[in-house]
Amino acid sequence: MARFSFRGGVHPLQRIHHGKRFTEGRAIEKCSAPDEVIIPLSQHIGAPSRPIVAVGDVVDMGQRIADESGYVSVPCFASVSGKVKAIEKRPHISGQPSMAIVIENDHEDRLYPGIKSPGRLEDLTPAQIVAAIKNAGIVGKGGAAFPTHVKLSPPAEKKIDTVIVNGAECEPYLTADHRIMLEYPGEVVRGLKAAVKALGAGSAWIGIENNKPDAIAAMQKAASGSDIRVAPLKVKYPQGAEKQLIKAITGREVPSGGLPMDVGVVVINAGTAYQICQAVEKGMPLFERVVTVTGSVGTPGNLMVRIGTPISHVLAQAGGFSGKIEKVIAGGPMMGIALYNLEAPVMKGTSGILALDDRMVRPVEESACIRCGKCVMVCPIGLQPYLLDAYSDADCFDEAEQNGVMDCIECGCCAYTCPANRHLVQAMRLAKCEINSKRKACAQ
Amino acid sequence: MDKYTLSSSPHVRSAETTGRIMLDVIIALLPATVLGVVFFGWNALWVVLVSTAAAVATEALLQKLMKKKITITDGSAAVTGLLLALNLPPSVPLYIPIVGSVFAIAIVKQCFGGIGSNFLNPALAARAFLMLSWTPAMTSWTMPADAVSTVTPLAAIKEAGAGAPSPYLDMFLGTVGGCIGETSALALLIGGIYLVARRVIDPSIPLIYIATVGLFTWVAGPDGLFTGDGLYHMLAGGLMLGAIYMATDYTTSPMTVKGRIIFALGCGVVTSVIRLWGGYPEGVSYSILLMNLFVPLIDRAIKPRMFGSVALKEAGK
Repeated sequence: MARFSFRGGVHPLQRIHHGKRFTEGRAIEKCSAPDEVIIPLSQHIGAPSRPIVAVGDVVDMGQRIADESGYVSVPCFASVSGKVKAIEKRPHISGQPSMAIVIENDHEDRLYPGIKSPGRLEDLTPAQIVAAIKNAGIVGKGGAAFPTHVKLSPPAEKKIDTVIVNGAECEPYLTADHRIMLEYPGEVVRGLKAAVKALGAGSAWIGIENNKPDAIAAMQKAASGSDIRVAPLKVKYPQGAEKQLIKAITGREVPSGGLPMDVGVVVINAGTAYQICQAVEKGMPLFERVVTVTGSVGTPGNLMVRIGTPISHVLAQAGGFSGKIEKVIAGGPMMGIALYNLEAPVMKGTSGILALDDRMVRPVEESACIRCGKCVMVCPIGLQPYLLDAYSDADCFDEAEQNGVMDCIECGCCAYTCPANRHLVQAMRLAKCEINSKRKACAQ
Repeated sequence: MDKYTLSSSPHVRSAETTGRIMLDVIIALLPATVLGVVFFGWNALWVVLVSTAAAVATEALLQKLMKKKITITDGSAAVTGLLLALNLPPSVPLYIPIVGSVFAIAIVKQCFGGIGSNFLNPALAARAFLMLSWTPAMTSWTMPADAVSTVTPLAAIKEAGAGAPSPYLDMFLGTVGGCIGETSALALLIGGIYLVARRVIDPSIPLIYIATVGLFTWVAGPDGLFTGDGLYHMLAGGLMLGAIYMATDYTTSPMTVKGRIIFALGCGVVTSVIRLWGGYPEGVSYSILLMNLFVPLIDRAIKPRMFGSVALKEAGK
């Protein structure tokens, strides 16, 4: 299976089956709705949504409560029925408090009566499909949370011939996409078909890492009789990184600084494909999602969580912490965000909540680089992380830029493998941040 | 509210550490060290112990004087001391390993910024320094087991009449004259296989280095083309020790596989040239030191191919 792979990469937590054995066998369960949901207006890449409800309004589950504000933006929906309690700054996964609509749950779960199917997929035009997706507030559910309707509306000169569903789920511990592919394979396939139709693409793939043979079988079965092909991928992190996935399946290389559409490809996450199906077939907006709650918790599992549920509530549902918790992470251990305030809510892009105890989080003291070259070997982008780290440390950001730091995808392979425990990703982020602010200043 | 650790991703790291790597190198060198002591006697053991202790003590003392964090627990100073000892003749007076280790750590390593910043292999630079300063002590050899003066296999073929060439089996097992740790190809290979299996070293450097020496000395033979004894040269002298343990030193070898191939080829050619036509019977130390100097240039010239770089050119057409 050498074909479906890429250069570089690492094998984190291989000894414990990438941390996935805790939850991969656990079916998706409903997480109870909290007494109060916090719906942030910034859950996606792009402009924040604009509230269209006022404090005191009574809203239904699935009712639109905020509009998109611009092209790269999406609407937001109430995830419970109840009364709008406040529109104010609340804790946010990013660490920066952010504006949110707070709804007091009346626990009646009245579904908004305006939700109706836009029609059969065969009858919908590409524009209607994109509109249905936009009106459901769908963003990429893999983590980056880029508005899906924008992805599905490339400029006319960019002809898309291939759509790939990303079912690699290469992040250790996370199994949300795995469970969706097992339990809703038909929905994933139909969501993919809708995306293919919206883009007028000729070829469709579903890429799944070889450590999920049951998901590969389920998707092959669901896709049988169609033109959709399932690509079993080599188990290697970051196989699910967009550019690496495209390279592994199509052999095409997204140019440095470019986008997948530059090589005629659009990639959507497996959970996003499921959500597209919900939107196109039922008109159902995105107000709940599957979250893998795992690590040192009482009962690890895959929970269907309302958007806006505080992370503390989700953790309590999973039986609370077990052991001395050092870190709580939104997302996976390689690219997730460490949290300090567990009152921050689950968002559209939150794929996992991971509690790591003091055995998993070893104190890491940075020592001098010994120039072993392991970071160079594992970098899937072909960068020289040791060099960029040195430039970043010395405030030589121009040199870091010349050596490609802006192409860094922050996958963390270099820092994972570094025997000197260098904070390589942190150094890259600092350099990228400095370069971006300089570019902005130059543009003005 | 409970307090949680905040940090940039990734939140998990491999178990590999600098200390573990250095420990692996020491473990890999144990067979050659033990055999050296068995063949050459107690003075060899003293040289090993004194050299290692002097290197570690020098590092600790200097870091204390410079008010830096003392990092002797990473094992790198111990590796330097041990490698230096294995590169010394078994009968040297004990001030030689002390002076050598102090020079290696103080001048070659710490003066240039400590671990990861030296541009020469500290043990080899110290050996070169000792060779120039105490040439007689550094070039008098004793035969294993009986402590009778002898010559090394390389000196034997370099100077006509200096002695009969050694049998291959003796060179493979190590029962010939030479430095404490260099004579047994078998012991060095066992350690090398361990390092490759533990993924501590990139096997391309030793393989290419040793193969280049074998090929070069076979082609450029004494009686015309293809008359040389490549196998003899591959087994003789410090080639195994240098190729497996010194040329693979992280800090003083290139960062990319392509760069390492160039580096190893250079080491092999320079070693062969010194051995065949140079003034010394042996050329491993100087060839590695010379190629160490080229590492910054190699790393500047040979960079990994960046993802998307070719596609960018095509897109620009």
